[in-house]
Amino acid sequence: MSDASMPATPEKRHSVSLMAPDARTQKRKAAEKRFRMYGAAGIATGIFFLVVLLVSIVSSGSGAFQQTFINVPVYLDPAKLDKNGNRDIADIKKVSTFGYTPLIQEALLKEVQDAGVETPLEKRGDMKALISASAAAQVRDVVINNPGLIGETVDFRILASSRVDGYLKGRVQREDVARDKNIDATHLDIVDQLEPLGIVQKTFNMAFITGADASESRAEAAGIGVAMVGSLFMMMVVLVLSLPIGVAASIYLEEFAPKNRITDLIEVNISNLAAVPSIVFGILGLAVFIQFMHFPQSAPLVGGLVLTLMTLPTIIISTRASLKAVPPSIRDAALGVGASKMQAVFHHVLPLAAPGILTGTIIGLAQALGETAPLLLIGMVGFIASNAPDSIASGLLDPNSAMPAQIYEWAKRADPAYYERAWGGIIILLGFLISMNTIAVILRRRFERRW
Amino acid sequence: MPVLWLSLIVIAISVAVFVLGRHRALSAAGGDSRDLHSLPVYYGANALMKAIFPAFGLMIIWLLVQPLLIQNSISDMIPESALAEDANLGLVMSEVRRTADGLDNAIAGGFIDEDAASNASADVADMTSMLKDAGQVVTSQITQPILHAAQAYREMNSTFGLLMTVAVLIVALTGGGWGVMQSSLTFRARNVVEQGILAILIAAASVAILTTIGIIFSLVFNTIEFFQLYPAADFFTLLEWAPSFSGRGGASSLGILPLLWGTIYISIVALLVAVPVGLFAAIYLSEYATPRVRGIAKPLLEILAGIPTIVYGLFALLTIGPLLVSVFGQSGTGWMGGGRSVMTAGIAMGIMLIPFVSSLSDDIINAVPQSLRDGSYGLGATRSETIKQVVLPAALPGIVGAILLAASRAIGETMIVVLGAGAAARLSLNPFEAMTTVTAKIVSQLTGDSDFASPEALVAFALGISLFVLTLGLNVFALYIVRKYREQYE
Repeated sequence: MSDASMPATPEKRHSVSLMAPDARTQKRKAAEKRFRMYGAAGIATGIFFLVVLLVSIVSSGSGAFQQTFINVPVYLDPAKLDKNGNRDIADIKKVSTFGYTPLIQEALLKEVQDAGVETPLEKRGDMKALISASAAAQVRDVVINNPGLIGETVDFRILASSRVDGYLKGRVQREDVARDKNIDATHLDIVDQLEPLGIVQKTFNMAFITGADASESRAEAAGIGVAMVGSLFMMMVVLVLSLPIGVAASIYLEEFAPKNRITDLIEVNISNLAAVPSIVFGILGLAVFIQFMHFPQSAPLVGGLVLTLMTLPTIIISTRASLKAVPPSIRDAALGVGASKMQAVFHHVLPLAAPGILTGTIIGLAQALGETAPLLLIGMVGFIASNAPDSIASGLLDPNSAMPAQIYEWAKRADPAYYERAWGGIIILLGFLISMNTIAVILRRRFERRW
Repeated sequence: MPVLWLSLIVIAISVAVFVLGRHRALSAAGGDSRDLHSLPVYYGANALMKAIFPAFGLMIIWLLVQPLLIQNSISDMIPESALAEDANLGLVMSEVRRTADGLDNAIAGGFIDEDAASNASADVADMTSMLKDAGQVVTSQITQPILHAAQAYREMNSTFGLLMTVAVLIVALTGGGWGVMQSSLTFRARNVVEQGILAILIAAASVAILTTIGIIFSLVFNTIEFFQLYPAADFFTLLEWAPSFSGRGGASSLGILPLLWGTIYISIVALLVAVPVGLFAAIYLSEYATPRVRGIAKPLLEILAGIPTIVYGLFALLTIGPLLVSVFGQSGTGWMGGGRSVMTAGIAMGIMLIPFVSSLSDDIINAVPQSLRDGSYGLGATRSETIKQVVLPAALPGIVGAILLAASRAIGETMIVVLGAGAAARLSLNPFEAMTTVTAKIVSQLTGDSDFASPEALVAFALGISLFVLTLGLNVFALYIVRKYREQYE
């Protein structure tokens, strides 16, 4: 024992237990707790944003599914609608909506007065601000389909104008109408009194889901139905084209491709294409399909082709993963009983990889459904979703819109009534996406095999 | 004959030779398929392939080449004098096509018969009024040469169409017949068919290369056209973006720098939101979370990734914008003008990128071997010290790669900036001002009212190729960094 190892000065005796943490350990523990909280805060922030987003979507968009209608019995005056009195369809069709509008206004005025509503408005033309511009077309269509109704008084449920709708939904306040040239406070008084009588009521608006787009001034009549059909045709094109090409390319790359430079080039290309911004695909579609090949502009066929090119890398990557997951023993067993390589792949590996391929395809389709930017460049904007297509050929080649492009179009319009419709369109779009993703997850859970 | 009918006939021929080929093989074996080299279906498939591939290949090539040939010969027919002052060949050709279509529809509607329509000495005024009666679109530009050109166009189309039909049918029948003749006992049908299928697979795999070639071709071609109309030096160095609306050759200044600045500024804001949140979320998920929490939180964050960008754009425009205006706008601190600004778009984009950063970082952090963590715990480090001093430095190249990939995604994003960032191109440091980006301008220049051949519309292609090169460069750089600095653990 040497004294050199002993400290020169005697140490103080510690009166604290060794188990109690000293200052440095406490600081380290506090730092640990803080760090852990940062991590939890990160997750909480992400989930918070998600909740805010969903709440904002649902609260802003649910109003679009309800619309204000006016119940009014309209006397179909034969003196105005069928002057010759012979119920000739050609003559009846000659009466345009200009002829029907006064009848509707007259009927509403009469109803207002019969209901005992106190109002300074007395003329028929004052009712114009309450009625949608598309109501006349609605009545005209009914009369053309049933000419026998002329001369009778028929109950109609017509659309109220967009301002009335906004007032009942709280979007339009009384202060706003002071500057509005279409409607003023006396009209709103009438609405206030008609509502408890059930003459003016908000009901579920099926026309939003199934109807066509409407012009800027008639926000109350706009619907997303025709754009949905356009999206449907595009998804059909994407499915029919991208699934075979994607699966064929994956099979080649996974099973048959030799390990050389060309294969490397193809693989690098595919991963690059997966990272290219979607607008560049739009430019490609515009330059090649529309300018060079002269396909019709705004056609769902062109949109489908562009989206196919965008979805291909996704499908190829997920199909390759499914093919890789099939164990080599399956291939070896097939080869062992005498199949050729191609027979082994097509008859044994591919059916076993099918659930994974299906899941990847559904997810790829869901991504394609939400794409907007490339569609804008090939012309699917503007007020073109006006008529539902009547056949498959016209559905593919006639100008149409798609759901995301239609939502973008509504968001660009100046009327705030369109913002509500844009949110409603988003709810429908998200509904589609959620169901597609849920189907994909269910399929994956059901058919997944653990090798 | 219309293309659809021709395709159906070729398919019918192919099915017929399939049946014939199979039958011939079976009868060569005396009804017992075991004597054949391959399964009977392969003999039929061999004949079907030899009928379909050449026939459809020929048809596709013909359909692609025929319009070009006809266009070339028709444009030779139009004399220089017929080109009006401001028109170019493309416009005249569309006029010719429109007239030809009008003649077709007029004949279909019974307003005029085939002979009168093809009459070379028909009077222009008569034809014009007849077309108007038939309800066709008629501009005032129909002149004698255009009418001649339209008639020649129709004639060439019908002649070539007939030739194509005959050629395709002959090829289909010959190919199918040859395939049927080949069916015999020793013919190795399966090998031939499998080679054909392999060719189809290779063609499908080449679609990816064709797409890239198509992108580059369409971008480069139109960009060269743009640089012929507008000096490239100005495009890359001017500090102003102000396209003129007075048609071609007006005083437009089309510089990309303000747009690039807007893009980069918005991406920086987005990354400032996404990287801390995403990284900490990934750290918590991989190091601290119980499997139950992980099973709930990870899918929830993935939902953010599945939401289409138009939703984020609308969210920015209608929710974040007004919120920021109420805090920073006129009634608040007065920094902000309208609802559209770099902050609005940046925040929305950051929310969109959170799952991107978080799931990529999660994968990378999980890939760090447990032995490093165990060594650190063995030395007495707390969990956070291990993460900060051991795990994160080990995962750093991958995390940097993930951030670069997220940046590349942010740069290429369109809908959020179109709706949330406004349309004013300016070089400013104030994040509360509206600033537009490259992608938003591509959309606005190509969907606006500009004449398509003007520099204002073609600049979109130059912007597109710059964007493409930028994102591609970032991706390649990200891959390079990951590969170069990645530690190889055993």
